[in-house]
Amino acid sequence: MPQQSRRLFFEGARDTLPLIIAAIPFGMVFGALAQTNGLSVGATLSMSALVYAGSSQFIAATLAGTAASLPVIIVTVFIVNLRHMLYATSLMPHVTQLPQHQRAIMAFWLTDETFATISHHLQTHTKPGELLYYYLGSATAMYLNWQACTAVGVFLQQRIPDMTSWGLDIAMVVAFTGIVVPLLRDKSQWACAGVASVTALFTHDWPHQSGLLFSSLLAIAVGVALSPRGGHV
Amino acid sequence: MTEVLLIVGMALVTFLPRYLPLALAGRYRLPPLLRQCLGYVPIAVLSAIITQTVFVSGGDLRVSLGNPYLWGALAAAIVALLNKPLFWSISAGLAAYVAAFILM
Repeated sequence: MPQQSRRLFFEGARDTLPLIIAAIPFGMVFGALAQTNGLSVGATLSMSALVYAGSSQFIAATLAGTAASLPVIIVTVFIVNLRHMLYATSLMPHVTQLPQHQRAIMAFWLTDETFATISHHLQTHTKPGELLYYYLGSATAMYLNWQACTAVGVFLQQRIPDMTSWGLDIAMVVAFTGIVVPLLRDKSQWACAGVASVTALFTHDWPHQSGLLFSSLLAIAVGVALSPRGGHV
Repeated sequence: MTEVLLIVGMALVTFLPRYLPLALAGRYRLPPLLRQCLGYVPIAVLSAIITQTVFVSGGDLRVSLGNPYLWGALAAAIVALLNKPLFWSISAGLAAYVAAFILM
């Protein structure tokens, strides 16, 4: 790896650190919950390794305990993942120079956390060569942490404390806030953030995070409707 | 056997939505309206996630000034508005959270 790429790789990993810390309890709780609900150790570990999607894995682990049928789980997971399709769509202009196998690796590792980190990075690093290794650094760190936390959760099972109530997700809240606020430069962008926030509150109890997707789409529509002539590119 | 199907099925419906847009990038020229939408994606999705994480706990709404998450997010937002680097927003947010947690 050339020196420039190595530097970008470690910057990507470093910038994702608060989000990695926030993910620790969720990885461990997933590992424990999947065991309690009857998934085998092998299935639990390979789900983290091969699916690698936090919210989807929780849904699968929860539904597995209720004897929901396989198609129900798959369809639900698909709906939850439509949010990531929005992320991938918004990254389209940035990957046109990359070969397909690199795009596939990026896609496999596309999470809320890495997308947020990348969104921030792209504000100041617009050259085509600056995205890939930064992205890979962020994603590798998230991925390894997720595998380790799943394994710890599987190992400790009922003995793990309920770390989700420890408030570690505050690290995600403040990092996401620090990433979003600098993106708000005109009226349409503030309106977009406002609509997303308010709608997300009212739809918080919609099943399987469909409220998040609905709020996002509505907020994007409002942003575009109010956007200045010529728009942002 | 069911577990194998479960994981393969989940892997497919997770990977395909993440990959299809990236796979097609550069092959078609996106319509201007869609291009305009793309710039709002991070603002919309991250704002929605922040709000739900701050105000929803275990399925219940906790909209009150005694909620330390709210103070953490506010402090991070103010520092970000002052054009400080991300590291400072995060530090200020965490400090405000801890202070609010202890005081309330």
